Amino acid sequence: MKLIIAAIKPFKLEEVREALTTIGVRGMMVTEIKGFGMQSGHTEIYRGAEYAVNFVPKMRLEIVVTDALADQVVDTITKTARTNKIGDGKIFVLDVQQAVRVRTGETNDDAL
Amino acid sequence: MMNRAKLAGLAALPALFAGLPVWAQDAALVPYVYEKTVHGGDVAWMSISTVLVLLMTVPGLALFYGGLVRTKNMLSMLTQVFAISAVVCIIWVTYGYSLAFSYGGSMDTYVGGFSKMFLAGVDATTLVPTFTNGVWLPEYTFIAFQMTFAMITPALIVGAFAERIKFSSLLVFSVLWVTFIYFPMAHMVWWWGGPDFLAEQQTALLIAQAAGDAAAEATAAANLAANGLLWNWGALDFAGGTVVHINAGVAGLVGCIVLGKRVGYGRESMAPHSLTMTMIGGALLWVGWFGFNAGSNLESNAITSLAIMNTFVATAGAGVAWMFAEWALKGKPSLLGLVSGVVTGLVAVTPAAGFAGPMGALVLGIVAGVACFFFVSYVKNMFKLDDSLDVFGIHGLGGIIGAIATGILVNPALGGAGVPDYLSIPGTLQVAAYDGAFMVTAQIKAVLFTIAFSGIGAFILFKLVDMTMGLRVKEEIEREGLDVAEHGERAYNM
Repeated sequence: MKLIIAAIKPFKLEEVREALTTIGVRGMMVTEIKGFGMQSGHTEIYRGAEYAVNFVPKMRLEIVVTDALADQVVDTITKTARTNKIGDGKIFVLDVQQAVRVRTGETNDDAL
Repeated sequence: MMNRAKLAGLAALPALFAGLPVWAQDAALVPYVYEKTVHGGDVAWMSISTVLVLLMTVPGLALFYGGLVRTKNMLSMLTQVFAISAVVCIIWVTYGYSLAFSYGGSMDTYVGGFSKMFLAGVDATTLVPTFTNGVWLPEYTFIAFQMTFAMITPALIVGAFAERIKFSSLLVFSVLWVTFIYFPMAHMVWWWGGPDFLAEQQTALLIAQAAGDAAAEATAAANLAANGLLWNWGALDFAGGTVVHINAGVAGLVGCIVLGKRVGYGRESMAPHSLTMTMIGGALLWVGWFGFNAGSNLESNAITSLAIMNTFVATAGAGVAWMFAEWALKGKPSLLGLVSGVVTGLVAVTPAAGFAGPMGALVLGIVAGVACFFFVSYVKNMFKLDDSLDVFGIHGLGGIIGAIATGILVNPALGGAGVPDYLSIPGTLQVAAYDGAFMVTAQIKAVLFTIAFSGIGAFILFKLVDMTMGLRVKEEIEREGLDVAEHGERAYNM
């Protein structure tokens, strides 16, 4: 099993969810986050006052899938969330040791 | 107003009748007699105007300012504006109206007296003059309308030292400020006997001159000159460019200097927490301002409509001008810029509302919008002033531009309404020949006087409160936010 963590542009969330559902992803966790990468923020101007906004809003997706599906998920997110502009986000893939479905006690691939 | 008119008029009467037979054959030289007519339409319009100005204050100004501060100080702005309005309302009926709009004896040029404290002598039958001969207004109508002006003006100042003033000290300062600065200013700019009183005294003066009665002539001349200081200078201020906006703007400037910058100013983000609120507040200001400007005509007539036209046109001009200036120089047309421009236009057209023509008002709005944009975006930063919500940059500077421009735009050749002349033909309103040098000089004198009076007065009062109570909250309170620390609640529990 793999845990895929992706930080994407907030307005891309719905598109990414739809694309992932199509390839068979049956669940994900989503959090509103702030952060910076290469984009490193922007400037906002309120009357005379200019503020550098260092942390920009992003969406953090956490998806656990079978090893077989992992590459396809990464590929789908990359294609769907891409705008070719700076700030499109990052994807990280981690190994997952165990998964349990709370209702039934099923484990690992069966729990996903 | 009315009481003084009645008293002074009676004093002049014996002299008039003594000389009567000598000049009775001259048709022009008969004592001016008039009836006081109250029009229901005027009362209705003034009642609406009164609540429109309240709409400007709460919720308009409160939301406009509230949206511009950080979340932790939202309630402090709303509370300050709301509380000042209510406190000044009470002060107005106890002694404020009397100090602003009653005869001040030997001090009459500068401030009213105490004869109308607790509204003594005022009841549902007493009347005040308007700007038309023979047309009068119930005194209660006038008191309520002017009350809303006194309520909003000190509330305008709080934007300059937002997010750091101690609430208790602010209340004390506001009471002192309206007492020693606002009421005298209103008296100096707006205190006069009214058209009928002037016609009566001017006629009495001519009669006394024809009869060679020096005593009666002196009495009439003194009565004709018994107006506020700035009124006698010939300064025009239709709805409060000097009294309200320059006055509040300069007090705000002094206040932000005396209190000092906010903790973290220039280092931390102090971005507005809700420009949605600011837009709602700004829009309510525009709506309410029709009561402020067109209500200042005191009657419901063609000049009311002129003031309404100008309050649309100058405002739109300034909003669009600010937007394009910002677009060109800062890259993007911001909502805050547009709303700030709109408020600037409203401020600038205030003294000119019933004097300028609509095209003059449009030019005035555009000039004020661009000028205030430059001040707020560039000049303020050069001086490192933390006039947090730009009270001086918008109300002070916009008021100065509007007040001086009023002296130019009143010119009938520029589409203006002209300077009213109540004396040439007593009882019939004439438009005086326009004297540009005189008018502009009078306006500049009024502006300089207001800056000096308001600036020095506010400085003394701020220092007084600072030395006795302390003006500023402690640093940890400022960091925590005034809402929880000063008011025990927070704006958003989500």
